[in-house]
Amino acid sequence: MAETTPPIVAVRNLSKSYRRGQQTVPVLQDISFDIAPGEFLALMGPSGSGKSTLLNLIAGIDKADSGTITIGGVEITTLPEAELAAWRAGNVGFIFQFYNLIPVLTAFENVELPLLLTGLTRRERRDHVETVLSLVGLADRMDHYPSQLSGGQQQRVAIARAMVTDPEILVADEPTGDLDRVSAGEILALMERLVHGFGKTIIMVTHDPRAAEQAHRLLHLEKGELTDGAG
Amino acid sequence: MSIPYSYSFRNLWTRRLTTVLTASGMALVVFVFAATLMLAEGLRKTLVDTGSYDNVVVIRKSAQTEVQSGIDRSQAAVVETQPEIAVAGGKRLVAKEIVVLISLPKRGSGKPSNVIIRGVSATSLLMRPQVKVIEGRMPRPGSAEIMAGASIAKRFKGGGIGETLRFGMRDWTVVGIFEAGNTGFSSEIWGDVDQLMQAFRRPVYSSIIFKLRDPSEFARVKERIEGDPRLTLEAKREITFYADQSQAMAKFLRILGITLTIIFSLGAVIGAMITMYAAVANRVTEIGTLRALGFQRGSILAAFVLESLFLGLLGGVVGLFFASFMQLVTISTMNWQTFSELAFTFTLTLDIIGKSLIFSLVMGFVGGLLPAVRAARMNIVDALRAT
Repeated sequence: MAETTPPIVAVRNLSKSYRRGQQTVPVLQDISFDIAPGEFLALMGPSGSGKSTLLNLIAGIDKADSGTITIGGVEITTLPEAELAAWRAGNVGFIFQFYNLIPVLTAFENVELPLLLTGLTRRERRDHVETVLSLVGLADRMDHYPSQLSGGQQQRVAIARAMVTDPEILVADEPTGDLDRVSAGEILALMERLVHGFGKTIIMVTHDPRAAEQAHRLLHLEKGELTDGAG
Repeated sequence: MSIPYSYSFRNLWTRRLTTVLTASGMALVVFVFAATLMLAEGLRKTLVDTGSYDNVVVIRKSAQTEVQSGIDRSQAAVVETQPEIAVAGGKRLVAKEIVVLISLPKRGSGKPSNVIIRGVSATSLLMRPQVKVIEGRMPRPGSAEIMAGASIAKRFKGGGIGETLRFGMRDWTVVGIFEAGNTGFSSEIWGDVDQLMQAFRRPVYSSIIFKLRDPSEFARVKERIEGDPRLTLEAKREITFYADQSQAMAKFLRILGITLTIIFSLGAVIGAMITMYAAVANRVTEIGTLRALGFQRGSILAAFVLESLFLGLLGGVVGLFFASFMQLVTISTMNWQTFSELAFTFTLTLDIIGKSLIFSLVMGFVGGLLPAVRAARMNIVDALRAT
């Protein structure tokens, strides 16, 4: 592999296991790989292969047993909890299968949430939120509550929320898993735009072959190990 | 920065029914809490307002009340000649009074209740500007005439103007009704002191009231009266005298009320706790999402505690709202110090409002803390998986 640019994500010897009663169940075993900036990576594999766990570890919401993850030069595996939370706020955007919007907040307020953790003024926040909502084509739905939006629209609000702090990486867990074909196509096209137009790095867990097609690279996980494309 | 307040507030609005039910439980407790304090305050205010700052009450030493007191004529003569007594229109403002308890039937139920009969002098009214004859006239000295406090006229048989009351083996005609505001005098019957002493065959006065020409001379006159070997009397400022009377009862009400409300509040707190635990359980994914977005555990804790505080405050405001209507209610009860009927109203003060709101916030806080801690301690991955 030609090392022209340093990788944005470097995973080294990552292992993780869960305790289930007396037993220890290994989920990830000694995984190493890099992700280049601006890459659109799909993680695939059967249920229980550890792909979601891997995504959670990269996103900094779970702790590894051993190994390191370095993202943008920061080794997140050693960060204490509070610092890790602050790091997530500025560096990772989350896209979930079920959108995970806060039902009591409007589209605008949902998108504004991550900005509350920054030092931006009210006006700056408003500008940012309006920009990203226009980007996802929902500028006219700002004051709608999630329950007033379709699934596809909700996922676009969620993408706007993920984008609003301008993070380096976006993590997506089955982003099209709950959507019909048309909406899923729109979401994938939007994600593609984020990669090509805005240079974002996307790491996506998916079962959907159509989603996987959009990705630049596929990583297959089986029983906690990478089966191909590890470089 | 933390999770916006609107998040906590709107979640309460979203589950309005649960919110209303939980808040109602708290409102009920706050209502009882406020009402008891209002009752104690009403009693205190009624008795304290009965006195004036520049009036001095002289009673027999260690007689807490006028009913228990006795001052014979020679002692009364000594007190009457104190130089600190104010003079108005050529008259010394001093009144020798007698206080007797009699039993009269109430209107409606006909049940007997104790009433204070006060034998007064012509100067008695001058020293009590809060007492005003609102109907009829003053009783003439030397006659079997009486006037009744407004509260007596309303609540006791034969207390109205033109009616007669029988006590002391004589019939007494009510020739006047007097209003004394929200004071204990409203629950008294006044007549001529000499007539009443005869009727009740009392050779002694109950108390001597006088007005000071200068309120700051109280200490001197008190020292002289209490130090005089011929007198076994004590002198108190009138306000102190009545405030002392209210203390035991007000304290009893307060202790009873606070004990009751603390027990009730346990129920309300548990109700709030159940509601908040349910709220946390319903929003596990939300909590996971907020944490993933970078909100700290403390922010989650604060958001849920705030939600519960809102809930408590809502209960407090509603409870106080209904308690404020209690001000329209007049309660008459036995004044255990004098064993006489005393009518008073529930009185709402800023202090009571403050205490009730703090009480409701404390209930909200206690109810919400454990659920909020649970929310804050959640593992992000587990919470997100709860979808």
